[in-house]
Amino acid sequence: MIELKSVSKWYGSFQVLDDCSTRIEKGEVVVVCGPSGSGKSTLIKTINALEPVQKGEIWVNGTPVHDPKTDLPKLRSHVGMVFQHFELFPHLTVTQNLTIAQVKVLRRSLDEARKRGLKMLERVGLMAHKDKFPGQLSGGQQQRVAIARALSMDPIVMLFDEPTSALDPEMVGEVLDVMVSLANEGMTMMCVTHEMGFARKVASRVIFMDVGGKILEDCTKEDFFGNPDARQPRTKDFLGKILQH
Amino acid sequence: MAWDWQMFCEDTLDRTVREGCFGKDGDITYLDWMLSAWGWTVSVSLLALLLALVAGVVIGTIRTLPDSKWTVRFGNAWVEVFRNIPLLVQIFLWYHVVPAIFPAMKSMSGFVLVVLALGFFTSARIAEQVRSGIQALPRGQRHAGMAVGFTTWQTYRYVLLPNAFRIIIPPLTSETMNIFKNSSVAFAVSVTELTMFAMQAQEETGRGVEVYLAVTGLYIVSAFTINRIMTFVEKRVRVPGLAAPGAAGGH
Ligand SMILES: Nc1ncnc2c1ncn2[C@@H]1O[C@H](COP(=O)(O)OP(=O)(O)OP(=O)(O)O)[C@@H](O)[C@H]1O
Ligand SMILES: [Mg+2]
Repeated sequence: MIELKSVSKWYGSFQVLDDCSTRIEKGEVVVVCGPSGSGKSTLIKTINALEPVQKGEIWVNGTPVHDPKTDLPKLRSHVGMVFQHFELFPHLTVTQNLTIAQVKVLRRSLDEARKRGLKMLERVGLMAHKDKFPGQLSGGQQQRVAIARALSMDPIVMLFDEPTSALDPEMVGEVLDVMVSLANEGMTMMCVTHEMGFARKVASRVIFMDVGGKILEDCTKEDFFGNPDARQPRTKDFLGKILQH
Repeated sequence: MAWDWQMFCEDTLDRTVREGCFGKDGDITYLDWMLSAWGWTVSVSLLALLLALVAGVVIGTIRTLPDSKWTVRFGNAWVEVFRNIPLLVQIFLWYHVVPAIFPAMKSMSGFVLVVLALGFFTSARIAEQVRSGIQALPRGQRHAGMAVGFTTWQTYRYVLLPNAFRIIIPPLTSETMNIFKNSSVAFAVSVTELTMFAMQAQEETGRGVEVYLAVTGLYIVSAFTINRIMTFVEKRVRVPGLAAPGAAGGH
């Protein structure tokens, strides 16, 4: 479904991704973790080309993302993305947030788009808020709307970049619940997150990135959590730190 | 000093007072003249504003395009040129220099030249506001627009510009009021707008106080009207739950 082959990226002379390779099969849930600044956000954003790369190949469902001739808007329209800071369109109501891209990008009729959008809103449990503006919702609610917005586009894969790290602790659960149910339904997902509980519950694999943009670990969840002796010292160190709290 | 408001009812040629204050059969009283001058002020201002908005949004937008050095440079140069040359000098450039370079423009009226000069001058200032408005938006908004499949154009059209516009309404209001004030330079190329009227009428009648008070009143009415319109627009587009963008401020 997704394949990265020796992807490298620089900002000027500063390397953010260093020879990253991995594959994500259909239905897999891959959790990406690592210290701040290790390039997790950059890595996940290369998949829908929000961050262009200088070296390597990226394939999404048979489409070469690295190819300058690829129709990127079309590719992105079926790769769902959820951001750390929600990034709902603040001047549009919840319903408009859910429908605008369906209408303008997928060329669905407004009726069809609304039906689909509200179905997704229902699924994240926010039907009562369909006519509100994002600024009138709590962080957790905004993030659930953001997930619904991505789902309305019928994505073939969902990318999450630290979806819960900007949330107050009491709202983390409601967002994770939605993500868990998505995972259980077989959605292909790549999630940058430090929620190890989520990783243990639904991840198929865990990728650990270290400073300098290197993929240090890329292994099954069972190996990652259950076989600490096979891990790199840096990984153990990191796991020790985040599992403390 | 006694005020003599009746002078506005005088015919501009024979200086006799006309009944009802408006001239008939092609005669023109000072009141007629003043209102027509106001009309010129309003026309120059509104047309210049339209030009300034269109050019300003385009230039301001292209200065924020990702990965396109040349449009950014062009936009920057535009702003520097039109913002840093004094308006009156720009009007004379349009009047004397531009037609010398482009003979086709020789036949243009003073009115058109003033609209162009004032419009481009103001476009630089609006472009600057549009640019800073777009850049004041959270960085993730552009990514969010692109991530749902919007093209660059759609991202601007549906996400960045509507939000930037809301932020820059206050400075846009003051820019619009500036256009009205700046339109007074049109007298330099013989457009009979309010300031030109004031100078000539006070010369002919010797009633400078009344003339300037009346003209000042019309400028104030114009400014007040703009203010009301912009406040109305601001209310109309206000988004519930979003902090009022008043902090962006004017100059
Ligand atoms: N536009 C940019 N220009 C220069 N450097 C950048 C830019 N964006 C990111 N970086 C740098 O690239 C590195 C990787 O950034 P990235 O955001 O991918 O890290 P991250 O792992 O997601 O970190 P965090 O956990 O803090 O979100 C960081 O050192 C960051 O400072
Ligand atoms: Mg990040």
